[in-house]
Amino acid sequence: MSQPIVDVSNLTVVFSGGRVPVKAVNGVDLKIAAGDAVALLGESGSGKSVTLRALMRLLPEKTARIEADRMTVAGQTVLDLPKQDLTRYRGGIVSMIFQEPALALDPVYTLGDQIAETVVRHEGVSFSEGRKRALDLFERVRIPSPQRRLEAYPHEMSGGMRQRAMIALALACQPKVLLADEPTTALDATVQIQILLLLRELQRELGLAIIFVTHDIGAAVEIADRIAVMYAGRIVEEGPVRTLIREPRHPYTIGLLKSRAHGAMAKGGRLETIPGSPPDLAALPPGCAFAPRCTFVADSCATIQPPVVQISPDHAVRCLQTDATQNAAPKLIEQD
Amino acid sequence: MLSYIGRRIVYALPIMLGVSLACFALVHIAPGDPLVSVLPADASEALRQQMMVLYGFDRSYLEQFALWLFRAAQGDLGTSIASGRSVSSEVMRAVGNTLILAITATFIGFLFGLLFGFVAGYFRDTWIDKSASVLSVIGVSVPHYWLGMVLVIIFSAQLNWLPATGMGPTGSAGWQMDWVHFQHILLPALTMSVIPMGIIARTIRALVAEILNQDFVQALRAKGLGELGVFTHVVKNAAPTALAVMGLQLGYLLGGSILIETVFSWPGTGFLLNSAIFQRDLPLLQGTILVLALFFVALNLVVDVVQSFLDPRIQRA
Repeated sequence: MSQPIVDVSNLTVVFSGGRVPVKAVNGVDLKIAAGDAVALLGESGSGKSVTLRALMRLLPEKTARIEADRMTVAGQTVLDLPKQDLTRYRGGIVSMIFQEPALALDPVYTLGDQIAETVVRHEGVSFSEGRKRALDLFERVRIPSPQRRLEAYPHEMSGGMRQRAMIALALACQPKVLLADEPTTALDATVQIQILLLLRELQRELGLAIIFVTHDIGAAVEIADRIAVMYAGRIVEEGPVRTLIREPRHPYTIGLLKSRAHGAMAKGGRLETIPGSPPDLAALPPGCAFAPRCTFVADSCATIQPPVVQISPDHAVRCLQTDATQNAAPKLIEQD
Repeated sequence: MLSYIGRRIVYALPIMLGVSLACFALVHIAPGDPLVSVLPADASEALRQQMMVLYGFDRSYLEQFALWLFRAAQGDLGTSIASGRSVSSEVMRAVGNTLILAITATFIGFLFGLLFGFVAGYFRDTWIDKSASVLSVIGVSVPHYWLGMVLVIIFSAQLNWLPATGMGPTGSAGWQMDWVHFQHILLPALTMSVIPMGIIARTIRALVAEILNQDFVQALRAKGLGELGVFTHVVKNAAPTALAVMGLQLGYLLGGSILIETVFSWPGTGFLLNSAIFQRDLPLLQGTILVLALFFVALNLVVDVVQSFLDPRIQRA
């Protein structure tokens, strides 16, 4: 990989607000090439959203301790940025779209003003110039009658339109990296696919790098070039979409794929689930965090933190039992 | 927009009617003879009857109410039994005096209330927040007539810096914008401002803390706004609620405080109400309460309309 635009090595995030410190992220390594889309896949509490916010330093400074051997985005060392540069970095180099656009947009400002404000802030142009940019962006994200919608308040738009406006806002100052925090989770199914297609299209046109956080494998497949599966604050498996879907090697990834009701599930058949529940991030086991729920578990799993195993040059797994999982991938009846 | 205002005014009409009925009923339900204060104790029954007819107390309540309302609608609130002067002119003069005091108190109270509230909410759980919170709790809890007396003891009796009572030097015709009159208003206005200051500070603090917890604040930071930019958004989001609280507080202050005006002998509506009650001056009492109540209704109307300008989610259509 030539000079990656996002380069994270050994990122840890610890929250110290409660009684015991909570280790939300425990050594995430992530490299993303410019113009690449990566999906961070995982269940609630796996640390995917926290990783995303750490990249923007959006976590509360008092309670969250962010550490990393290296965390650079477009050449900027994120953790060393002084306040002034941080505001330039946010929105200018990296921007974010949120899960719930109804909550992430300021309810008492018109959408046009919210976009124009950002443009003015970053580029020092006049407000009317900012409004012009907002109109361009609304056309770009294909909001119908954009001129009129610029005057609308968030509550006057539908969920899908709001998310389009959110995307327009995020792209206002030509960022190089877009962080998407479950942007389709709050939308209904038909709108989800439209937003995914729009994001994919914009990503190609603008050469954006996207980190797409989701718990929906379908959405990840739709948008991403590569998938990184997170569990208990670590990336447990990473690889190209196709490889990960067809030849998953981590027992957790295999479990996730099995628990999908995709394709032709026999009538009356039971959907497979992963037994147990995610670990307590305040008291992680010394070995593999997935071991208590794993069907391939061996004695060593409880004591040894699994190292990264390179299955192929672009497929990495953190598991001690990669030999056992070799042919354990679920048969996919229907696969595109 | 105009139709919205018009609709609000129409809605206010039945409220006003209800308010006037309540005013009228309240005074008549109270026990005691309204003529007791004007007639000598040994007045003859014939004289008593004559006075009853003169003041209209001999008619049925319904008739009295209808007549009173009809006149009130034309601005005639009757004649004060005690002073013999027209109630409307008495009330209006008192309202003017109360306004002067209330507006000064409002200015002080709102200024510090908003300041403490926004700062405390923004710097939540820091020492700034804690000291502002202590101040506002004191403001809400301290009995203000007691505070008034303490201030008088300190600044008038002990230090002899400020006058203790009245709204101007003896013989002064009314309010004037000069230093002498300002000295008179300082203590009562300060005493009066303490309560709204505390209430506003506490409300705004909770409001700001709640707004800061919302997702959009993080989104504002994510798009690169600095703290000042974020604060501007917070203020605009807090404005509608802040305004509603302030409107209510302004209403209370405009109503005049019986206790404060009595402590400082400030000739406002509270002072007037106090004397009307003690003299059983029914027309004056009715008139004062009615004017104050209508004030409240009108003020709420204004707040509603202004609020709908500030918060687009309140339907104007």
